[in-house]
Amino acid sequence: MAKLVKAATAGFDEKNDVLVTVEPIASGVEVDLTSKVMHQYGKHIEEFIKKVVADAGFDGVKVIAQDKNAWDYTIKARVLGALERGSKA
Amino acid sequence: MSQLTEDAKKRLSRSMMFVPGNSPKMINSADIHGADSLMFDIEDSIPVTEKDTARLLVAEALKKLPFKGERVVRINHPTQTPYGLDDMDVIIPAKPDLIRLPKTEDVSEVELVAKKIEEVEKANGWEEGTINIIVAIESVKGLYNVREICHGPRVVAIALGAEDYRADLRTTKNKPAVELLFARQTILLAAREAGIRVIDTVFSDVKDPEGFREEVEFIKALGFDGKSCIHPSQIKIIHDVFTPSEKEIAHSVKVLNSYADALRNNKGVIAVDGKMIDGPIVVRAQRVVDKAWAAGIKVELEEGAERDVK
Repeated sequence: MAKLVKAATAGFDEKNDVLVTVEPIASGVEVDLTSKVMHQYGKHIEEFIKKVVADAGFDGVKVIAQDKNAWDYTIKARVLGALERGSKA
Repeated sequence: MSQLTEDAKKRLSRSMMFVPGNSPKMINSADIHGADSLMFDIEDSIPVTEKDTARLLVAEALKKLPFKGERVVRINHPTQTPYGLDDMDVIIPAKPDLIRLPKTEDVSEVELVAKKIEEVEKANGWEEGTINIIVAIESVKGLYNVREICHGPRVVAIALGAEDYRADLRTTKNKPAVELLFARQTILLAAREAGIRVIDTVFSDVKDPEGFREEVEFIKALGFDGKSCIHPSQIKIIHDVFTPSEKEIAHSVKVLNSYADALRNNKGVIAVDGKMIDGPIVVRAQRVVDKAWAAGIKVELEEGAERDVK
């Protein structure tokens, strides 16, 4: 299991993007999501983020995501980007 | 060389639109304007602090979005910058159609990219030639080595990158662009000798459509296959200029039909409208019909007459 060494951010507060911050926590994966489409897709996005983190082999991660209608590929890229940055000392 | 690479050399390439690789909004809408090629940029349009996220974004977009246009990714140079090798590690497994190698100066740089592509193709069981290379000449050194570069492994197209080239010449932008003439013609000849596509540089003033059209007409007359563009409004102008006229199409259809008739009936010499038809004229007629098809004009040919389908 990979672990974060620090908090890190990826993405932008722009249309079709999502600003993702990851922080190390003791264990598990927590998602704190705010989204323009919370009502329709909130559940999907939360689960999708958890899956991306798990597939990348990480544990002990809190993900704070501010979404502005990002498509799934963008959410995945931003989460992976934040994890990569948070893994480097 | 693989059949896929040979096919890629002939692909229609009138318009190549630049798409900044770290903008989801622009990536999402990249394909709706009908560009023949989409060039996702993770090089000069991306600040050094975002190289890591841009390459991930483009890779995920390539894996998930069904683009119709040819998918090109402009990576950072693998030896002149510290980002290019990481770019290749992330982008090539996402299976773009072409890797664009900027500031190419020596065929050894092409070989480096081709080797990496080959490794990834083999590891994934993809057919050889699934991913190919477009090189960009942006310096005097690159221009002097252009013939060898065009013959490099997997090279299917070449482009001129004018800004760096101008800086290297110690000149500025002129209208018309006299400073680019030698480079344009040199690159064109090298591309034709190697049998690859050749695409012109961008025209950055999007508020000057007339000037843009003039430049497209000019590079088409020189022999270029297409032009790079930075704004969707430029695509239509490029396609307009590169779409054959009705007269050209009608003549080409006549040529191809007569040629097919001659083959069928073992006729030696053929003429259309009093002019003898030979190999190069048939090839040109096929190109005209191909371009007409690409522009959505459904040209009908008689049985046996063929366009050189791409």
